[in-house]
Amino acid sequence: MSIFVDENTKVLYQGLTGSQGRFYGLRNQAYGTKVVAGTNPKKAGTDVEGIPIYGSVAEAVKETGATASCVFIPAPGVADAVVEAAEGGVKLIVVITEGVPAHDEARFYNLLRRDFPDVRLLGPNCPGLISPGKCNIGITAGEIAMGGGPVGIVSRSGTLTYQALYELTQQGIGQTTCVGIGGDPVPGTTFIDCLSAFEADPDTKAVMMFGEIGGSAEEEAAEFIATKMTKPVVAYIAGVTAPPGKKMGHAGAIVSGGKGTAEAKMAALREAGVKVGRNPTEASALMAEVVAGLG
Amino acid sequence: MDLYEYQGKQFFASFGIPVSPGGVATTVDEAVALVEGLEFPVVIKAQVQVGGRGKAGGIKLANNLEEVRLHAGNILGMDIKGHTVRIVWIEKASDIAEEYYASFTLDRGAKKYLGMLSAEGGVEIEAVAAENPDAIARLHINPVEGLTDEACRAWVAAAKLNPIATDGVVEILQKLYRAYVEGDADLAEINPLILTPEGKVHALDAKVTLDANASFRHDWADYEATQVRDEREEAANAKGLQYVGLEGSVGIIANGAGLAMSTLDVVNQVGGSAANFLDIGGGANAEVMAGALEVINNDPRVKSIFINIFGGITRGDEVANGIVAALERVDIAAPIVIRLDGTNADEGRAILKTHESDRLISLPTMIAAAERAVALAGGKSK
Repeated sequence: MSIFVDENTKVLYQGLTGSQGRFYGLRNQAYGTKVVAGTNPKKAGTDVEGIPIYGSVAEAVKETGATASCVFIPAPGVADAVVEAAEGGVKLIVVITEGVPAHDEARFYNLLRRDFPDVRLLGPNCPGLISPGKCNIGITAGEIAMGGGPVGIVSRSGTLTYQALYELTQQGIGQTTCVGIGGDPVPGTTFIDCLSAFEADPDTKAVMMFGEIGGSAEEEAAEFIATKMTKPVVAYIAGVTAPPGKKMGHAGAIVSGGKGTAEAKMAALREAGVKVGRNPTEASALMAEVVAGLG
Repeated sequence: MDLYEYQGKQFFASFGIPVSPGGVATTVDEAVALVEGLEFPVVIKAQVQVGGRGKAGGIKLANNLEEVRLHAGNILGMDIKGHTVRIVWIEKASDIAEEYYASFTLDRGAKKYLGMLSAEGGVEIEAVAAENPDAIARLHINPVEGLTDEACRAWVAAAKLNPIATDGVVEILQKLYRAYVEGDADLAEINPLILTPEGKVHALDAKVTLDANASFRHDWADYEATQVRDEREEAANAKGLQYVGLEGSVGIIANGAGLAMSTLDVVNQVGGSAANFLDIGGGANAEVMAGALEVINNDPRVKSIFINIFGGITRGDEVANGIVAALERVDIAAPIVIRLDGTNADEGRAILKTHESDRLISLPTMIAAAERAVALAGGKSK
């Protein structure tokens, strides 16, 4: 089993005709993902390496039965693309694009919640998700993942997601699904959404969670873990040494007004019974111990 | 992007929010000329993006031209917590009956807009929130539904302001909400929002942070021109690199913001301190790597360089070739420690091996590489 995506997920790419969309769309297809369509109103009727291009998401869904969309549209067009995807009938929308205005995110997140409550949004500004051996949507290098479980991964940061995947794979520990939720102000899918799905997934026996400074998502996750989770969780929080008030790259990681520090997040997680590593390697070693103890 | 008070007031005024008449001056002569169009007394306010300017002597009342000359002369060039005052905002002094607080921002947890209104304005809202949280009336607003007049009135009533201020505050809050949303602000805050003895309400201060991601749909050139930047950050941004200058001695290059932050942490854990945060993004080709090395090389603080790359889609051998090519193009002063991992890491390390020396060391793990880089930078910093 896996969460959110599996071998039956049919994916269309909004922006497949652009350079990024084409590169990753074809990579996802080569990995084994069922890539069924692309959309571009100006290039309807053409194809990208045999993948048909439709004028709209609705049309692509009608013709191909696509269930998920991966969005590679430049930031100014993301808000319209997300709404088009939801109206078009897909149930999962993965937005890779970074630099989407916060007000756009707040609007389309709440619009989906109100009008399309059964549609899951992942991102924006996320690396996507992978259920190894089944489906890879986004920019994760499938080669570093290993299927079969028992670990589910959820992470705010792209490269640290890869780091987590790789370290586990190196130790021969497989993954059910690895979800990069992204670090933007209004992520479509949160830690709690993923933790809850992993808790319900019979093949996931333990969860690896990589967070970072800023906001309160990790603290909220800790609360959820303490009250709702039975499966063990191992965590790492990046940014212990980040200076306050400085934005660290695109990740949106920022500590302001003494809130959202790595220490506070780690303390909250430990309080919830989570094993917390001081760096990705230590977290992976802790997870190896947890997996060895699963029996 | 944080705006100066005067820019915030211009921003507010463009949405119809009443502010005091005034203008900016960068010299004493400009200040004197400006005051000719205003009534005395006037307030001279240092324009710096840091709190506590009043206590530092950066806000003064002037009753005549001599006092304008004196105070403007003192404030211009003043240092407030490391920020040099280059601009003053001068406005007609206001009679204040009451001081309120009003703001809109995003509640990331609730994923909705959060409006905050308090009868206890004029001080740090964090202090009010900590000591007397009930003094702040909070309103969550669904971005899809917006701020209705009904909800706004109920909110103002909950804040228990002076009843004569109600209509004026409701009107300003609606305008402030528009400024926040249509203006693509991350924060739109008025503190204090004042009630005058005549019963008028207007913004006495303006704190605005704009969302740089939305700059494509606004003309923010004037705001961008006045942003204060670190020279090192400026040079890095020009190369498309994400850079933050720090105070330590180990120069950091990593791919991905999360990994870069993690690299800072690991350097710290082994007793060192980083000279910078530098995220070169997903790629890591020779061009990008050479640019990053140039930026680090120009920083006199740097005593060693730690390159921490995780090969995902960009394979380890490509990364290694990029590093080698970059080293041929840039003459690097400090010794370099490289940790390369991920896809094709073995092939990549084999390439680096042929170029290894006491100036270029490749180590397989983050911890080992961090320890070596810290040792090369002169050992533990604390």
